[in-house]
Amino acid sequence: MRDEELRGQEMGRKRFTRRVLLLGGVQGLVGAALAARMYHLQVVESPRHRAAADRNRFDDSMIAPPRGQIVDRFGRPLAVNKQNYRLFVSRDGSPDVEETLAQLARLIDLPEHRRQKALRELRTGSRFAPVMVAENLTWDEFALVNANAPALQGVTPDVGWMRDYPQKDSCAHVVGYVATPSQQDQEADPENSRLLLLPSMKIGKNGVERTEDPILRGKAGARRAEVNVRGQVIREISRDDGERGAELTLTLDADLQKYAMERMGDYSGSVVVMDVRNGDLIVLASMPGYDPNPFVGGISHAAWRALNEDPLRPLNNKAVAGSYAPGSTFKMIVALAGLDSGMISPQHTVFCNGRMPLGDHIFHCWKRGGHGAVDMNRAIKESCDVYFYDIARRIGVDRIAEVGRKFGVGVAPEVALPYVRPGVMPDRAWHLAKYGYGWPQGQTLNASIGQGYVEMTPLQLALMTASFANGGYGVTPRLVKAINGEDVKPEPLVDLGFRRPHVEAMQRAMDAVCNEQRGTGYNARIKLAGYEMAGKTGTAQVRRITAAERARRVRANEELPRHLRDHALFVAYAPRHDPRYACSIIVEHGGGGSAVAAPMVRDILTRLMTRPPPSEAAGSSEEAAQGRAG
Amino acid sequence: MSFLGEAPRQRLSLPARFLRLHWPLIALIAAVATVGFFMMHSVGRGQAPWAQQQMTRFIVGCGLMVAIALVDVRFWRKIAYLAYSAGIAGLVAVDVMGVVGMGAQRWIDIGFVRFQPSELMKVALVLALARYYHDIGPVRAGRLLWLIPALLMIAAPCALVLIQPDLGTAVLLGLGGFSAMFLAGASWWFFILMALGLGGAVWAVFASQGTDWQLLRDYQYRRIEVFLDPTQDPQGAGYHINQSMIAFGSGGVEGKGYMAGSQTQLDFLPEKRTDFIFTTFAEEFGMIGAVSLLALYTLLVWMCLASALRIRHSFGRVLAGSLAMAFFCYYGINMAMVMGLAPVVGVPLPLISYGGTSMIALMCAFGLMLSAFVYRDAPFDSRRG
Repeated sequence: MRDEELRGQEMGRKRFTRRVLLLGGVQGLVGAALAARMYHLQVVESPRHRAAADRNRFDDSMIAPPRGQIVDRFGRPLAVNKQNYRLFVSRDGSPDVEETLAQLARLIDLPEHRRQKALRELRTGSRFAPVMVAENLTWDEFALVNANAPALQGVTPDVGWMRDYPQKDSCAHVVGYVATPSQQDQEADPENSRLLLLPSMKIGKNGVERTEDPILRGKAGARRAEVNVRGQVIREISRDDGERGAELTLTLDADLQKYAMERMGDYSGSVVVMDVRNGDLIVLASMPGYDPNPFVGGISHAAWRALNEDPLRPLNNKAVAGSYAPGSTFKMIVALAGLDSGMISPQHTVFCNGRMPLGDHIFHCWKRGGHGAVDMNRAIKESCDVYFYDIARRIGVDRIAEVGRKFGVGVAPEVALPYVRPGVMPDRAWHLAKYGYGWPQGQTLNASIGQGYVEMTPLQLALMTASFANGGYGVTPRLVKAINGEDVKPEPLVDLGFRRPHVEAMQRAMDAVCNEQRGTGYNARIKLAGYEMAGKTGTAQVRRITAAERARRVRANEELPRHLRDHALFVAYAPRHDPRYACSIIVEHGGGGSAVAAPMVRDILTRLMTRPPPSEAAGSSEEAAQGRAG
Repeated sequence: MSFLGEAPRQRLSLPARFLRLHWPLIALIAAVATVGFFMMHSVGRGQAPWAQQQMTRFIVGCGLMVAIALVDVRFWRKIAYLAYSAGIAGLVAVDVMGVVGMGAQRWIDIGFVRFQPSELMKVALVLALARYYHDIGPVRAGRLLWLIPALLMIAAPCALVLIQPDLGTAVLLGLGGFSAMFLAGASWWFFILMALGLGGAVWAVFASQGTDWQLLRDYQYRRIEVFLDPTQDPQGAGYHINQSMIAFGSGGVEGKGYMAGSQTQLDFLPEKRTDFIFTTFAEEFGMIGAVSLLALYTLLVWMCLASALRIRHSFGRVLAGSLAMAFFCYYGINMAMVMGLAPVVGVPLPLISYGGTSMIALMCAFGLMLSAFVYRDAPFDSRRG
């Protein structure tokens, strides 16, 4: 019994030993399998897992670059980035958001509805999502909050940027405005779609802001932050602020522009003043203006409708997009076409009895009794219509059109603005293409006095005037004077190919308009010696005068409702002997060019020529321009 | 009786018992636990008091372990069935009145401490089985009929734990119980049949999918699929294991550095303090660290098994050997789980994961093992001690 038991014990012990060794071996195998799995995960598949861990850990975002600022030729701000002081509150940082907001309300003006809205957003949003509680704070308010920061748990002061247009309505048409990119903007620029989606990103929608948007925008920055599983930012890994947009200096003189607009009073219309030697646009005004600032934050529908439906069309930049009949300001082109054709000499004389029959139609001169015998100089000086009917009939519309096109009529000027219109320079081919039948003879007479089909923009009128002033050279308008302080070279003047004596004849005639008795601009002449201007008046009909009406008596403009009155035009350059500035003006429904438009130009040019000497910034480039012109 | 008389009576003095303690094993236990303290410090980002709490528990556990080790192993044999009964009573109590914790009923609140009877049961079951096989002797242990009481002893607590439901603990209980049966000498045939049965069941489960006699519900199959390929459901059921594998793999060979594991520190890794602590370790110390820790664990278990071989009585051998195997199952399943080799069943990493009851129960188990080792030459009278 005892032996049996002993044998049993011994058997059990040996069996135990065998099985322990077996289990130890199994354990070793399992250990090896686990180690193999470690190798697989941490060596073979490690790069994949590391990439996945980095995707978890990093949050990459883009930073909208600061937009370049825009200043006028003397450095006056036209478009700037205004600091927008904002306050954010997050539930994560604040032990009691209600108490935090109450504390804030004691420091700054926090309207009740704003507070309720913030509370609602804080309660519903993520724990870590900061909610904007206030923006556009004054510096004092902002400083007060910063000073009390330790007591205000969970409040994060933040400085954002907001585009601001300090000139408000006077430069809106030139500078334009920025706004949040639309769906179409994003589709049109797929390369930058991520940047355009940033909440703070704005792009140029009009004016220079639009045409120079690529350089004003700058280069987007990037930020990489480490975030935890809840999206809370733990720390910033890297930050590249990007490149700020280019600073633009425009050729504009914001003060003169403002003055020009004030001088036009409550008339609508446009004034353009440019340098005849390099094309610098010193004034490019369109009346009435509008304030671009509401567009930045998103203009209300009602405000936009009001602007859009205003009969004076404030949103329209009339200086480049307003296409008007030039009226008598077109006569120098007709006269020059006559001289250039060789068929007409300056001494060519026409007897004006106030009318010219053509077929069964009678074309009238503006002066009922007629001018009597007029030569070219007097025809321009006194703006005799019959004289131009006569030479136009002799040379034909195609010769006028050829010269007109050299002066830029019918061609959209190259200028850094959107919506630039080309005007209309009709000729036979144009008419056939447009109407399908031949040129009516009467339209030649209409065209000769800048009526009928002929249309020009105020900018084109100024360019034409500049070419007469500088002795027959084509000028390319320049709006951007410098980028990041570096001068943009003006386009060189182009010889239009007219004989010098012919151009000088035009200059003499324009001089006579302003500086000789009975000239249509004589009453509005500049009397300051050395600053006298030379110019040409124009009055463009906006209605047809019927024969019956003419029989009764043509009613004076003052008797008509405003929207039927004639447009008043005037083009001029000054000083007359050393031309430097060209100016054009259109006063919509202003009545007569000599009575309304010419005095405005006189005042604007006088102010321009007698203003205090320009500051350093402008001086250098003006001298450079002078050198080139000389 | 003369046989018993021939054997040296073991009446060890206290210093002698101290000297007979397995000091290298204790040092190894302390080493593994120390790794745990550092990991608690890391997942707590140096701020949470988890490391100190864990240390306190380990020190209390050490005291308990030594106290248990110094008590005569025959006393533990005497109270084995009592402990088993207490464990069963505790599990029933949890099922009846336990409080809800972690979505399943596991805790029992006895006023000053919350306590998990299932942890106690893991030790008590092995204790009871060791006594059972000691009492029936080595010869009967190999007979099939004597399997039945042992199987019932294993089945009862497993069933009670599955009700909670706690699959992980049930698996650990079962594996601990079978280890005891195997080491005590249960027939090979039984284990072969078990393996065949299990294989057949797995085959049946998959073969039945989509047929009229489908054994599991559709969502359960879905879970199995997600386990087999966690990337199928990266935000839902596969989220934990996916993030764990990303963390594990991104550690690379050298690791991201102590307290610098991005997945852990940025909270992408779930349950990092408990079930996924090994992932954090592997992320921060890389493959070098992970393999070293695995080696440390293996060494610990081998040392336990080697010490079991030196015990001269069946009760102590089976007790020490099966507790060692249970410990092996513990870390093996946890490691396999966090590496995507086993389903996520909620098994912590022994000695390292945060948790009071688990630590105390483990230290008790080591205490019993050491008691058997201290009294390795203690004579038992044949069947009744």
